[in-house]
Amino acid sequence: MAPASNPWKLVLPLAVFAAAVGAWEATVRLQGIPPYILPAPSLIGATMIADWPLLRASLLTTLGTTLLGLALAVAGGVFLALLLSLSRIVEYSLYPFAIVLQVTPVIAIAPLLLIYMPQDVAVLTCAWLVAFFPVLSNTMLGLQSVDRNLMELFQLYGAPASRTPLALFRSRLKALWYLRRPAALPAFLTGLRIAGGLSLIGAVVAEMAAGSAGAGSGLAYRIIESQYRLNIPRLFAALVLLALTGIGLYLLLAGLSHRFLRRWHESALAPEK
Amino acid sequence: MLLHPMIEPASPLASLHGITKVFANGVTALAGFDLDIRAGEFLSLLGPSGCGKSTVLRLIAGLAEPTTGHVAWPGSTHEDHRSEIGFVFQEPTLMPWADVADNVWLPLQLRGVSRHDARERIAESLSLVGLENFAKAYPRELSGGMKMRVSIARALSLKPRLLLMDEPFAALDEITRFRLNDDLLRLQNDLRCTVVFVTHSVYESAYLSSRIAVMSPRPGRIVAEVMGETPGSRAKDFRTSTRYAALCGEISRILLEHMAEERG
Repeated sequence: MAPASNPWKLVLPLAVFAAAVGAWEATVRLQGIPPYILPAPSLIGATMIADWPLLRASLLTTLGTTLLGLALAVAGGVFLALLLSLSRIVEYSLYPFAIVLQVTPVIAIAPLLLIYMPQDVAVLTCAWLVAFFPVLSNTMLGLQSVDRNLMELFQLYGAPASRTPLALFRSRLKALWYLRRPAALPAFLTGLRIAGGLSLIGAVVAEMAAGSAGAGSGLAYRIIESQYRLNIPRLFAALVLLALTGIGLYLLLAGLSHRFLRRWHESALAPEK
Repeated sequence: MLLHPMIEPASPLASLHGITKVFANGVTALAGFDLDIRAGEFLSLLGPSGCGKSTVLRLIAGLAEPTTGHVAWPGSTHEDHRSEIGFVFQEPTLMPWADVADNVWLPLQLRGVSRHDARERIAESLSLVGLENFAKAYPRELSGGMKMRVSIARALSLKPRLLLMDEPFAALDEITRFRLNDDLLRLQNDLRCTVVFVTHSVYESAYLSSRIAVMSPRPGRIVAEVMGETPGSRAKDFRTSTRYAALCGEISRILLEHMAEERG
């Protein structure tokens, strides 16, 4: 995310957004569309304020699940990627299962998880499951993308004099720290950005599965509940909050990525003038 | 085929004896390869791509093991020679995430020298290649020639006795290459280190070397040796001298002969 050097990059989407909202408001008012079919943006805003205590609690629940799921996914994904990169045996034995987890649509697992686990743990597990794989696969790709010549240089200057397994392992750890870790950073951050969005999706999907089973208090549950009660303004308000959560998460992770890469990585460079 | 009678110095810095190198895929890179590297010389390995020049460097550096034969270090009692070697690749091979000073620090860092203790050595290496003002720059902010200078500074940071260079200037434009050629000669003269330089440029080898070993592919071996100008004795206009022209002519002729032999 380069600093907004061009003001149009900010002004134009805001103008389009304002125009769309204005057109929506005008259409609803002029045509007299009832709020249970399509509420006006002003009514959604008013509902947001009126129902804020309820929505705030739901927002915090969903946000907490998403962030915790993401944090666990990062911890697990990075740990497993390190383990796989240090040992071929571990890689061959575990990686296929990580792929199986990835290709199975999680919404299909959610009902099962809800049977086996307390509801909040099941939702968290869902968020973790979907966010885990992008972190793992991107970090692994990054760890393997060190310049071959740099590895040789490392071998020339840094390899141990003795050939004992312990010395070799320590040398691998050293290469991991000095070369693989920084080389993996761009790919890891890409994985993190994908995982952030997926973690929110996982949380929402699991909340919906749980909500339809009759309990829960996250934003997704509010949406299902509002749908049953035909409280469409609140449904929209919850949807807006979900969208804002996603945007906030994206901006946070993109900012983090820019902060770490701006000095050296091509992806973070401002265009030449 | 030796074109000049040579006086063998007391003991070479390193010598390769009866080396054969067969890769895992069955390709014989080197066969019956013998080479002495004499202290203080600038030795060029000249030959077409795929003749095993780079493999020779990797064997000397200990990055690869010969299939048969061995690399001996007569003058040294150490088992481990890596601290005596600086290696420069064809690509600058810098760490993009680290600034110039940290890149130069890497060999010292891997040997356990702290950044603080390495400060002087880093500054010294950078000033040797004329980059003292770029310590805080990142590799992407530098031109190709400057990146290569950083790479050379990094190789010099351990004060190596032997500098191995694998076509280091092949990817640079001619003007930059000429300047780096002169810098390299000056560095070798100042530091009194031995250089083994791999190149496929007749002109570069003639300009730089005190000795040129011409190699032929399939399998790689040395087919001729040519004595170049002695180190430190080049006049400013060496590049336009008749001696240089004669050297280029001689080397080209030898190369052509062996290419013709190969075809015939």
